[in-house]
Amino acid sequence: MSAEMLVSLLLTTMTAATPLLLAALGELVVERAGVLNLGVEGMMLTGAVSGFAVMSLTGSPWLAVLAAIVAGALLAAIFGFLVLNLMSNQVATGLALTIFGTGLSALIGTGFTGHPVPALAKLAIPGLSAIPLLGRLFEQDALVYLAAIAVAAIAWFLKSTRGGLILRAVGEADLSAHSIGYPVLRIRFLAILFGGAMAGLGGAYLSLAYTPMWVENMTAGRGWIALAIVVFAAWRPWRAAAGAYLFGGVTVLQLYLQGSGLLPVPPQLLSMLPYLGTILVLTLISSGPFRRRFSPPACLGKPFRPPT
Amino acid sequence: MLHVDRRRLLLGAAALGTSAIAGRILPAQAAGPFQVGFLYVGPVGDFGWSYQHDQARKAVEAKFGDQVKTSFVESVAEGPDSERVIRQLASGGSQLIFSTSFGFMNSALKVAKQFPAVKFEQATGYKTASNVAEYNGRFYEGRAVCGAIAGHVSKSGIIGYVGSFPIPEVVMGINAFTLAAQKINPAIKVKVIWVNSWFDPGKEADAAKSLIDQGADIICTHTDSSAIVQTAEARGVHAFGQDSDMKQFGPNAHLTAIVDNWGDYYVARTKAAMDGTWKEQSIWDGLKEGIVQMAPYGPGVTDAARAAADATKAGIIAGTLHPFIGPVTDNKGTVRIAAGVKPSDADLFKQDWYVAGVQA
Amino acid sequence: MRIGVEPRRQPSRLLWTLTPILALILTMAIATGLFAALGYSALDSFFAFFVSPLTNLTGLTELAVKGAPLLMIAAGLAMAFRAGVSNIGAEGQLIMGAVAGGGVALLFWDDTGPWILPLMMLAGVLGGMAWAAIPAFLRVRFAVSEILSSLMLTYVADLFLNLLVYGPWRDPDGMNFPQSRLFNDDETLGILIDGTRLHTGTLVALGLTLVVWVVMTRSLLGFRIRTVGASAAAARYAGFGNDRVIWVTMLASGGLAGLAGLFEVAGPIGQIIPQITPGYGFTAIIVAFLGRLHPLGIIPAALVVALSYIGGENAQVLVGLPKAVTGVVQGLLLFILLASDFLVRYRLRLARRAGAAA
Repeated sequence: MSAEMLVSLLLTTMTAATPLLLAALGELVVERAGVLNLGVEGMMLTGAVSGFAVMSLTGSPWLAVLAAIVAGALLAAIFGFLVLNLMSNQVATGLALTIFGTGLSALIGTGFTGHPVPALAKLAIPGLSAIPLLGRLFEQDALVYLAAIAVAAIAWFLKSTRGGLILRAVGEADLSAHSIGYPVLRIRFLAILFGGAMAGLGGAYLSLAYTPMWVENMTAGRGWIALAIVVFAAWRPWRAAAGAYLFGGVTVLQLYLQGSGLLPVPPQLLSMLPYLGTILVLTLISSGPFRRRFSPPACLGKPFRPPT
Repeated sequence: MLHVDRRRLLLGAAALGTSAIAGRILPAQAAGPFQVGFLYVGPVGDFGWSYQHDQARKAVEAKFGDQVKTSFVESVAEGPDSERVIRQLASGGSQLIFSTSFGFMNSALKVAKQFPAVKFEQATGYKTASNVAEYNGRFYEGRAVCGAIAGHVSKSGIIGYVGSFPIPEVVMGINAFTLAAQKINPAIKVKVIWVNSWFDPGKEADAAKSLIDQGADIICTHTDSSAIVQTAEARGVHAFGQDSDMKQFGPNAHLTAIVDNWGDYYVARTKAAMDGTWKEQSIWDGLKEGIVQMAPYGPGVTDAARAAADATKAGIIAGTLHPFIGPVTDNKGTVRIAAGVKPSDADLFKQDWYVAGVQA
Repeated sequence: MRIGVEPRRQPSRLLWTLTPILALILTMAIATGLFAALGYSALDSFFAFFVSPLTNLTGLTELAVKGAPLLMIAAGLAMAFRAGVSNIGAEGQLIMGAVAGGGVALLFWDDTGPWILPLMMLAGVLGGMAWAAIPAFLRVRFAVSEILSSLMLTYVADLFLNLLVYGPWRDPDGMNFPQSRLFNDDETLGILIDGTRLHTGTLVALGLTLVVWVVMTRSLLGFRIRTVGASAAAARYAGFGNDRVIWVTMLASGGLAGLAGLFEVAGPIGQIIPQITPGYGFTAIIVAFLGRLHPLGIIPAALVVALSYIGGENAQVLVGLPKAVTGVVQGLLLFILLASDFLVRYRLRLARRAGAAA
């Protein structure tokens, strides 16, 4: 494989990884705060259709992206109200969110199928994009850069700011945080809104940049993969980036291998690789010496019940 | 006393109300417009396979106006659900039902037995019955026209083909395309990537990208979305649309498309069913009868390519050019069609091999 | 005046049984409002969606045919969820059960005899169990979340089915289309009422659900499961093996899902095709929660969810309602039910401000 082709492969991997990364980062923050939101797929789809609809109607990419963020956050707010205020079962509520979001997005999108919109413009980073061979990697649309920046920003937020410390405390020991005086429910709600916004953004990337069109169910399971990436990443942002690239990469690699004719293996077996790979990695990080360092936030999935 | 009376009153009212509504929606048989039902395997908005069938449905409505009433169900899963939907259409008063995917075939046959007065039209299947007809399009003829264009237009000599599933129709398409392209440029190679789906725009785009990265400068597809046309446009290469004219997705990239034109057939069969002249049949029509049409040529089609394409089309329609005339060797070296032989329809369906030059 | 919230000492039994019904009624009301907002006749849409499947024998048997796999899978899932084991991969277990049982059918396709069908059923159960054993093992041995492992395996199972149907199991007389041979008469489930699709598998589903009910309410195992689910610490104190409960519930839910898959291919489908389930394994999760994880509640829940599917189809045919509405209605139903759960565990109290007229 030539260097040129390697760069192309990397380029395609970057675009494949971006929606996964955006959604995974959002969910990562939510889970660090102690809440499990399985509704990522529904939020991504709602974000995708909202962004597309606004782009189609107004032609403004800014408004479209904003619409996607708002849509994802709104859907997440429903989830937040149910699991935080009404203390409903998080697994079931998340699944309900997926089903509802999928149906809602299909409903909203009925008038928009099949009409293309102009893709998000590519922004070249001056200087870097002039590098021979690798320059192409620095000519991406805004959301790819945003995802990269988000990784660093969220990592910094969680590790080095007071806000991040409080959020982590809420996720690891909510009763203690409450007794110190932190508003556990409000923090969790904000985290949930953030997760929804990021998921909506990830969905919008699909309908505005990746394949600028709307079709029902266009996320095709990416929301679930984002959930897997969060666990794979042991709830750490830089590892989430690695995970998104791994997943995006294996999916794309499988297609490359088919196209090159190198692997005389049935394509279905190649398609299984990302999923089997996840299971393998999950097993590796959950066992033995890794277990203590990479365990989930202690309060994950449990409702907050302040002592009366 | 009063309590019981009120309850009876309410129950009676409910019964009356239900039967009134039922009478309004569950249509009575016989008198009234001729009812035609349609089953689609995908969403009407796919701008591909199901979209074209729905366009044909609209053609029926436009032609017959008040004389017909159409209804459709989209995204019907192949399998037991389809049987229920077909039965619902039949028992709900549809007198002619179009089931537009191979996976509905067995269900249609089962329901047809129970409703001998209803006529069924099954797309792309292979079994018929006294009230079940079968219809299919010779899309491979369209592929041959595309191949003629590709042979002239491709500079790298590598064509990328995004395949859905290795079913006979797709295999035939790949082979017909390759043979036609190789007539112009014998060194043409076709690389196939299987995406295991009829409709997954993201994956189709990824497949197209990887084919382009590996040297393809024309992309074909046998999936239902327009993703590959968009991708080709973005990367500055060419593409062929599928099922519909997809030039709006890639004005520079779009060379032409194979357009499924079911409208004339649907109108004719509806008329026959209304007149009482409907008969069981199994047709497989192509360019000549108009079920397969080609979209207008795009800016990338050179004059030589246009001439070759027009000649191919004319030859197929006249019967002088057969896309599969032998000798044809497969990509493992075996001679599959002897020199001068034109394979029969049954032979075409048995194609589970690929022409030399195809990597699938 | 403030609305205060206080936890009930004991969950309200009355509301526990009433809220699913109330949720359904509220959903129907909101849904009808949605239909009207979309521009369709409210009355016609309501009738088509919620009532029309109940109006004739075919409709009622179709409800049973669609509800049976949901019922069986949900019963198994209820056991698992009660134990705190989130088996999200029932869809994959269903597929593998269908593959195993269907494989047996294809192996003996030119044989006859009453022994084939029971053998297929056994294979279906074992197939589903084997597929569920993987996440169970990973959870017990490596503490891997069964949510993710079972979900990933669903995709793998689907691809595996695809591989078989497009490859070695393709019907040699089937014109190269992706389908297996049709199962012969001894390999297909018998029909109970002529002219309908009601098959023996429906009865088995019902019977097994009742078995699950008995196990959960009257056996030591059921007690163990409920204890482990309520408090792992209490369970350990009482000497109940958490690991064993995980194994048992995963295998049981996997086996039931596998059998449901076998019933689909040996019943309404009659062969192996690439798409044997429209998502039963996931829908069954809704059914399980709607039925409050109680086998007796799951029976009406399965019928209600089946109704929403069939009603959605009928609404498309009769009124022209878009298919997307079905998902919205189902999601809405689950949301409202989960919200109403709150009232079961908490009581609303109107509190006067301090200093108001005494």
